[in-house]
Amino acid sequence: MGLSEAEKTYVLHGVEENLRVDGRDREEYRPMELETDVVSHAFGSARLRLANTDVLVAVKIEVDAPFPERPYEGKLEFFVDCSFSSMITWVLNKMKPQMASSPMNSHMASKKMLAKERTIKMISMDIGLPSSSANATPNFEGRGGEVLAAEISNCLSSAYCSSLSFDLTKLCILQGKKCWKLYVDILILECGGNLFDAISIAVKVALRNTQVPRVKCIDMDGNNVEISVCHDMFDCQRLNVENAPVMVTVCKIGDKCIVDPDVAEEQCSVGSVVVAVSGNRFSTVLQTGMGSLHPLTLVDCLKMGHKVGQKLDEAVKEVLKESLRGGDVGFIK
Amino acid sequence: MSQKFHIRLASQRVNTNIAENRRYPKIFTPGETITQQHEFMRGHGTYEDNGELKSSVAGVREQVNNLISVKPLKSRYNGEVGDIVVGRITEVQQKRWKVDTNARLDSILLLSSVNLPGGELRRRSVEDEHMMRQYLQEDDLISAEVQSVHSDGTLSLHTRSLRYGKLGQGVLLKVFPSLIKRSKTHFHNLPVGASVILGNNGFIWICPVINNSEDSVGGFVQNLEEVVPLQERETIGRIRNCIKALAMCKMMLYDTSILYAYEESLKYSIAELLVPEAMIDVAILTQHRLSIIEV
Repeated sequence: MGLSEAEKTYVLHGVEENLRVDGRDREEYRPMELETDVVSHAFGSARLRLANTDVLVAVKIEVDAPFPERPYEGKLEFFVDCSFSSMITWVLNKMKPQMASSPMNSHMASKKMLAKERTIKMISMDIGLPSSSANATPNFEGRGGEVLAAEISNCLSSAYCSSLSFDLTKLCILQGKKCWKLYVDILILECGGNLFDAISIAVKVALRNTQVPRVKCIDMDGNNVEISVCHDMFDCQRLNVENAPVMVTVCKIGDKCIVDPDVAEEQCSVGSVVVAVSGNRFSTVLQTGMGSLHPLTLVDCLKMGHKVGQKLDEAVKEVLKESLRGGDVGFIK
Repeated sequence: MSQKFHIRLASQRVNTNIAENRRYPKIFTPGETITQQHEFMRGHGTYEDNGELKSSVAGVREQVNNLISVKPLKSRYNGEVGDIVVGRITEVQQKRWKVDTNARLDSILLLSSVNLPGGELRRRSVEDEHMMRQYLQEDDLISAEVQSVHSDGTLSLHTRSLRYGKLGQGVLLKVFPSLIKRSKTHFHNLPVGASVILGNNGFIWICPVINNSEDSVGGFVQNLEEVVPLQERETIGRIRNCIKALAMCKMMLYDTSILYAYEESLKYSIAELLVPEAMIDVAILTQHRLSIIEV
């Protein structure tokens, strides 16, 4: 979708007068809707809808060996998918009956699911479905989706890489031998602007929602390590996401900066800065778009991102507290 | 200050069905049997299966004598001659423009069916063909009328009136085409200080009030320097959010409903109208007022 010159002018003047097209001011977000526990076979999941942007995040856990240079830390990996086949996979998986009966089984089951998911993906490729067709936005057409997906996952990993933003040592099972590895799968269902912010919130909530099995005992037999997890399904650890980063996209339109741009505003912008705020620190800063920024503007952007990011973080924490209180799953009461 | 962020849980999602106490028509789903009697004729949106008439789309039933058709709730735009549409130029070709009008196929606007500057009845020369992109280029918005419908469903548009032509500064909104109420005129200068074009194709254009005396050249000129004053901008933003609210609750859109929604929305700030509760409140109050004048 393009915009005519006159429409762009209208958006631009609106930003200058601090009254955007939908009546928001420059630092205001659109209302969001959050849902947790949406994928039954994942260890934790969340779905966020921000106006027309729709993001689904699922967390899966496997046992893995830690990196030799970081023996005390677990692993965290992000995978972003903007393609069509991933959507089929999701739908098919949703239709599958739940296989979890006991925690150990559920672990096995989820592993099987992962394998199955890959087969389904391969099948869907075999039957000639486009592996990355444009379902969310035309930008995903061809290799555009892959480029965007790589950009987002790189940004997330660098935002989460500091120990101050996310403590990976909690994921260590046996120093240097075994650790938990978290796979964070991000699926973009619809793209209506401001993808980075929506994804970062959804990832934070999904990680909060994740239940890591509690390890009961570790048997060592020479170099073989065997782990058994607690048999009670509900006896799980939750991850600490107190300082998990929240990203704010600060978009420069004309001479002013705004947050939470919609599709039309994204088209009018000359460039934007994604600021990941964790606690009161920056964890990552990324510039997107073609334009270049004046150093003074960049400082302004960072200040604005920092201010808005902290408030956004507070709002997310508040809603997280609320979500833990209620026992409802999804929209079914 | 955290009032600026509205994050709700899906369990607190509000119901947008506001017709709860009133009778509303039955909605047929695809494959649902409409009737088992044989005397009826098969119209749009239906098919025959084992002598039964079934619906092929999700929508409401409409009957004219013996002809039964199902009108879908959500569909692409099916054009009819004389409809007023708002569209976006997608391609400039030889002697014609391609226009996106939310129909299944791109519509056509011929060079010979626009008013060019310098007289209405003028021969189109080769120079005009070269100048086409200067009149209308890709991504420009136009208002037009449907001149004819081709056999494959493509629409031919024309802008041979001073009302139609290129659109200037303003906001475009997209709603379902079935929500636009057909009326005598689709160009409204609302008394609250904004102009609305309700395209039959579900594209709605909201802009500052147009003075007809000014642009009588055929509407190819735009003033990009002009800044829309803040007050008009507020009105436009409010109307935009009101139409969104009405469309969310599946209410018909026409000048009265938009005006009532505008008046009922005045107790909220413009940005507050993005919150679902406020949207539903406005829609319910509007519906109430409309039902009073119906009686």
